[in-house]
Amino acid sequence: MKNCEYQQIDPRALSVSPLSVQTHTEKKEHRPRRKWEVFPGKNRFFCDGRIIIARQSGVLPLTLGLIVVTCGLFFAFDCPFLVEHLTIFIPLIGGVLFVFVVTSLLRTSFTDPGILPRATPDEAADIERQIDTSGSSTYRPPPRTKEILINQQVVKLKYCFTCKMFRPPRTSHCSLCDNCVERFDHHCPWVGNCVGKRNYRYFYSFIISLSFLTSFIFGCVITHITLRKYCTSNALNDCMLVICFFSIWSILGLSGFHTYLVASNLTTNEDIKGSWSSKRGADDSGNPYSYNSIITNCCVTLCGPMPPSLIDRRGFVPPDEAIPAASASEIELPPFTTKNDANMVG
Amino acid sequence: MAETHSLQDLQQPAVSSKVFVQRDYSSGTICRFQTKFPSELESRLDKQQFEETIQALNNLYAEAEKLGGKSYLEGCLACLTAYTIFLCMETHYEKVLKKIARYIKDQNEKIYAPRGLLLTDPIERGLRVVEVTIFEDRSIGSGR
Repeated sequence: MKNCEYQQIDPRALSVSPLSVQTHTEKKEHRPRRKWEVFPGKNRFFCDGRIIIARQSGVLPLTLGLIVVTCGLFFAFDCPFLVEHLTIFIPLIGGVLFVFVVTSLLRTSFTDPGILPRATPDEAADIERQIDTSGSSTYRPPPRTKEILINQQVVKLKYCFTCKMFRPPRTSHCSLCDNCVERFDHHCPWVGNCVGKRNYRYFYSFIISLSFLTSFIFGCVITHITLRKYCTSNALNDCMLVICFFSIWSILGLSGFHTYLVASNLTTNEDIKGSWSSKRGADDSGNPYSYNSIITNCCVTLCGPMPPSLIDRRGFVPPDEAIPAASASEIELPPFTTKNDANMVG
Repeated sequence: MAETHSLQDLQQPAVSSKVFVQRDYSSGTICRFQTKFPSELESRLDKQQFEETIQALNNLYAEAEKLGGKSYLEGCLACLTAYTIFLCMETHYEKVLKKIARYIKDQNEKIYAPRGLLLTDPIERGLRVVEVTIFEDRSIGSGR
């Protein structure tokens, strides 16, 4: 139990002069902080919280570099020849595809994938109370799960020890970003971010447009080489051919795989784990989230309503939560911390 | 229960406890909250009142997430403009969220505040729970 001390604010400020000076500087330091500054996950923020990216940006610079360099070479070396011999539309189409690819890529990398904010201490305490068994607390209790029925299918919800809540269905905790992400697909190192509910459509449009772009460039380069006839083995052309050739197989394969996932309303995570594969072959695939119609599944995943970001990066941290930060600094204010703790109990 | 007698205490009632209404996943991942009436609120609130509020919230969230011609059109338009259209206009979901915020404020003013309760907008809790804060009833006495 905390001490019940009657402490007036005015005498404290007046009695100790260094404290008043410190209080003044403390007020200057405690400008209202935005929520992204106190975000617990492993993410980096830019532009005052407008842009979010995973801490490990992976090979995003490489991805961007490859795309820009290949397209640059294409525009510089193939387009003049092809415009002369074929049509002006070639660089135009290439340009449009390039813009689409880069915007989709940046959108995928810089959008919040559907991060679930961690449970507040009150919520965590409430959940603990509900699942509290008579077991002793000397050992870590077995993994907590809750079973629910979704469309007559039993689904297990797991408890996340980091975020202190039961994960909603289709949510998974990404260890690289240290966040629970809704409708978690996978963590893509090429894009440098998790792919989840909010940025899956951008990811899909990125890989589809990239497939078109690489195929288009590949086709143009082949045309260029054949039209030249006297085949000057241009090193740059060869380099582009090689990049495109290898990219095409992987990108087309990935696009095909994700098209299948979209059509059956599955995530990569579920497909890999084989969550719904037990009833494969039956009409109703066992996936409780599927609408059992390819078109509906596609529309829902790609054109459905855009959910908002739940982490509210640019909001301000409420004063209650800012107060523990004050106590963490050099100046101690016992009445405030006491009151805060009194609020936290029960 | 020990109380700190600071100036702030005199201005706002102390929080007695919080009740959390969890999500209802029986229809999938759409946003729905359980309509089960929590026992801690029995002394303060009518069961029917509470269920009406939660049901209204569920309906509003269903409206936000509704799949139909309008939402598909919005999605396709956004895709065609390379998603730049969201720089100038609000999504349908955001509009409904504002409606929900107004509804909760209204409910708090009319029904919950007079009973010493406060509904927190679920969006502030990541759409996980509807938090109902129960304030100490000052008229009974503050446990000195």
